Amino acid sequence: MSFDLILFIFFALIAAISSVIMITRPSPVISALFLIINFFSIAGLYLTLNAQFISVVEVIVYAGAIMVLFLFVLMLLNAKDEAVLVAGKSKLKIFAVVIAALVFAQIAYIILWAKPSGGLSPNIEASIKAGTIENIGRELYTKYLLPFEAAGFLLLAATIGALVLAKRKFE
Amino acid sequence: MNNVPIEYYLILSAFMFAVGTAGVLIRRNAIVVFMCIELMLNSANLTLVAFSSYLGLAAGQVFVFFVMTVAAAEAAVGLAIIIAIFRNKSTVNIDEIHIFKW
Repeated sequence: MSFDLILFIFFALIAAISSVIMITRPSPVISALFLIINFFSIAGLYLTLNAQFISVVEVIVYAGAIMVLFLFVLMLLNAKDEAVLVAGKSKLKIFAVVIAALVFAQIAYIILWAKPSGGLSPNIEASIKAGTIENIGRELYTKYLLPFEAAGFLLLAATIGALVLAKRKFE
Repeated sequence: MNNVPIEYYLILSAFMFAVGTAGVLIRRNAIVVFMCIELMLNSANLTLVAFSSYLGLAAGQVFVFFVMTVAAAEAAVGLAIIIAIFRNKSTVNIDEIHIFKW
C-alpha cells in the first residue's frame, strides 16, 4: 500500500463521492459547492501526476473563476430549489441512470479489455520536467503558437458575446 | 505514481463522465445542467493529464490548457444566454422553456 496509492484513493474517493452528491441535491447552490469540492480533489489528482501548472490553473480558473460566475448567476436569478428532483417522472430517472451506466460500461470495457494504455509504466523524470510551467510555456509559444492565438480570439469573442447577450437594451 | 496503474485514473474519469451524463439527463435547472457539463469536461481533462504524465509529454497538458479556456468561454456565454432567457420567461426550469415549437 504505497503512499502514491493512498493519495490516489483519497483524492479519487472525494472526487467520485462529491460528483454523485452534486447531481442529487435539490438546491443548486449546494450542487455548486459540491462541484467546487470536486474540482479541488481533481487538482489534487493532478498534483499526484506531477502536473503542477495544470493543477494550479484548475484551482484558479475552474474553482476560482467559473464556479464564482455560476454562483453569481444563481444569486442573480434567485434560483429556487427543484421541487422534488424530477417530481413524478421516475421513468426519466431510471432511463437516465441506465444511459449513464451504459456509457460507463462502454468506456470501462474499452479501458480494461482493449487496453489503449497497454500497461504504461510511469515515466517519472520526464513527467516532472513536462509538468513545469517553463516547459508548458515553451510548448505554448513555439509548437502550439497558432492554437494559442486562436484561443485569444475565442476569449475575445466570448467576452463580447456575453456582454451583448446580457445587456438590457441597445441604445 | 510509482504503483498506480494508469487504468485507475481512466476508470475514475469514466465514472465522473457517466455521473455527469446522468446529471445532464436528470436535472431540470438549466444552470445545474451546465455544471454537470463542466464535470464531464473535467473528466476528459483528467484523462488527458494522466496520459500526458505517463508518457512524459507536455502535449496533453497543453491540450488541457486549451480545454479550460474553451470551457470558461462557453460557461460565460451560456450563462449570458440563460440570463437573457430568464428575462423573458422568468424561469430556468428547462421543462417550461418551450421556445422551439414543433
